[in-house]
Amino acid sequence: MILYLLCLILFCIGLYGILRKRNLVKIIIGFSIMSYALNLFLVLLGYKFHGRAPIGASDQNFANMVDPLPQALVHTSIVIGLGMTALLIAIAIRIYEKYGTFDITKINKLKG
Amino acid sequence: MGSINFITLFVVIPLGTAFLMSLVGRFASRRYVSILSVLSCASLLFVSFWALQFLNKTAGNILVYKIGGWMPPFGICFVVDSLTSFMLVLVNTVAFFVCVYSVSYVKKNDDAPKFFTLFFMMLTGINGVVITGDLFNLYVFLEAASIASYALVAFNSEAEELEASFKYTIIGCVASGFILLGIAFLYSYTSTLNMADMSSILATKSSGFVLPFVATLFITGFGLKAALVPFHAWLPDAHSSAPASISAMLSGVLIKTLGIYAMLRILFNIFGIIPVYLSLFMFLGVLSLLVSGVLALSQWNLKRLLAYSSIGQVGYIILGIGIGTPLGILGALFHLFQHSISKSLLFLTSGSIDRAANTLDIRHMSGLKEKMPLTAGANLAGSMSVSGIPPFGGFFSKLIIIVACVQKGFYIYALAAILGSVFTLIAMLKVQKFIFSEETKKERKDIKEAPFLMQFSMVCLAFICLFAGLLLLPSTRIFFTNAAGVLLGGLNYGHLVLEAAAK
Repeated sequence: MILYLLCLILFCIGLYGILRKRNLVKIIIGFSIMSYALNLFLVLLGYKFHGRAPIGASDQNFANMVDPLPQALVHTSIVIGLGMTALLIAIAIRIYEKYGTFDITKINKLKG
Repeated sequence: MGSINFITLFVVIPLGTAFLMSLVGRFASRRYVSILSVLSCASLLFVSFWALQFLNKTAGNILVYKIGGWMPPFGICFVVDSLTSFMLVLVNTVAFFVCVYSVSYVKKNDDAPKFFTLFFMMLTGINGVVITGDLFNLYVFLEAASIASYALVAFNSEAEELEASFKYTIIGCVASGFILLGIAFLYSYTSTLNMADMSSILATKSSGFVLPFVATLFITGFGLKAALVPFHAWLPDAHSSAPASISAMLSGVLIKTLGIYAMLRILFNIFGIIPVYLSLFMFLGVLSLLVSGVLALSQWNLKRLLAYSSIGQVGYIILGIGIGTPLGILGALFHLFQHSISKSLLFLTSGSIDRAANTLDIRHMSGLKEKMPLTAGANLAGSMSVSGIPPFGGFFSKLIIIVACVQKGFYIYALAAILGSVFTLIAMLKVQKFIFSEETKKERKDIKEAPFLMQFSMVCLAFICLFAGLLLLPSTRIFFTNAAGVLLGGLNYGHLVLEAAAK
């Protein structure tokens, strides 16, 4: 249970970073922390203490295996997170070229 | 059942086109890039009508394609039922016209292959979200469509576009995070990811506190994607900064498939309908249409005004769904249909106005009607359809929603819907007055009408707007009533899919 709570705290730290920080890079770091927390949570769902790798060879007994499906999901989710982070950083670099700052209070050409 | 393999084409065609475009686009001339993209969109349109036809002939009105031959609870499956085929026809119709429009809208030759690569990635995602029968697969397609749309919003990489894209991306990331969290909770609760299987498991389980919590996560996540009012702040920036043809896709199709369709599919067909969700939908819908109606009035940027009006129209759809009666849901789906067509038309005309007048501020343009009669006519058709003037489709959809409201006794909501419609009408009349009527300014004497392909798309969409009301005649109404029937069927969905898969 404590693991899930730590996971929740990590998620909240990431969300705090996204919502409260003014620097674009810090916002991106916040997003990364949030997606790590999500990935951790997903993989924890399938985890068992003292469980073993889910390899279904014929002479093995199937007791106490970890659930392999969340691991597959986490792989996909990590790749998506990577793509998203790359895109965000690319946009942030272009913004720095145009505005000369990472401060979101100064990046305010759009209003209304 | 070999004949239903064509279902995969909805993902294969756009994905293949995107791949080919990124591979050979750099070396091929502009003409081949255009031909390839239009052909691919046309074939998608054909396949979606084929699916509609095929579905009507099939008993039970449901098709299930098992990827790799794995049976549903284990493998991923594609499901085409009436709601799906309704969305597919809509998405691919809009995509086809937007694609034809973009062929001459994208100015630089170097940009065209990149633009169409991203466009087809987005189309892959949208089609995938609509046809998939697996919850995690839905998330993956949703991300594919979203990432492509983030990049497309920043496509011209001007300062405003980058700023809008960054906001949009961050908010989209948070939304996806909530959706993924919801999916993780559902997986641990039901030990399955297949939507049909999940629905039949949830039907037998007693609902604890998990389901309402997950439903909240999904309403937040998909509400952010659909830009319902408390979650709407990103939409006016993103939709007004994107290239016009992409704004048309975003406002016309993306927020409706990624937001509304996915939310309805999960809440109605997996969770089952609960009055609490319905009243929440109605409240959010009315809030959206009133707030955005007021905000739209004060806008002077044409695309920003249209974007605010999009939020309000999404509010109508959600309001209609929230009424929960067959008539209300029919009205909501018809409104979804006609709003997709008319709002993409309006954004396309805004693109041709921008191209001619080189500004989007409606105070600085006037009297464009003389110089651009076709654009003016198309814009008039779109505006009248969005604001609900009788012969156009928008009138009938709003009428149905309001009548459904009154039938159920929600008089205040009906009144709010009428008020929202008045706001929209005022905003649209403002557009007509400032842009098209009045005299042409001197410095605007030399502007030209849009090229032929752009005119073609706008005129076709305008005609669809004009005659959309005819689709409600008894012979074609079944297109909408069947789709509404899927939502009303609720938890039957799981049953039907598993049965069809077992055949």
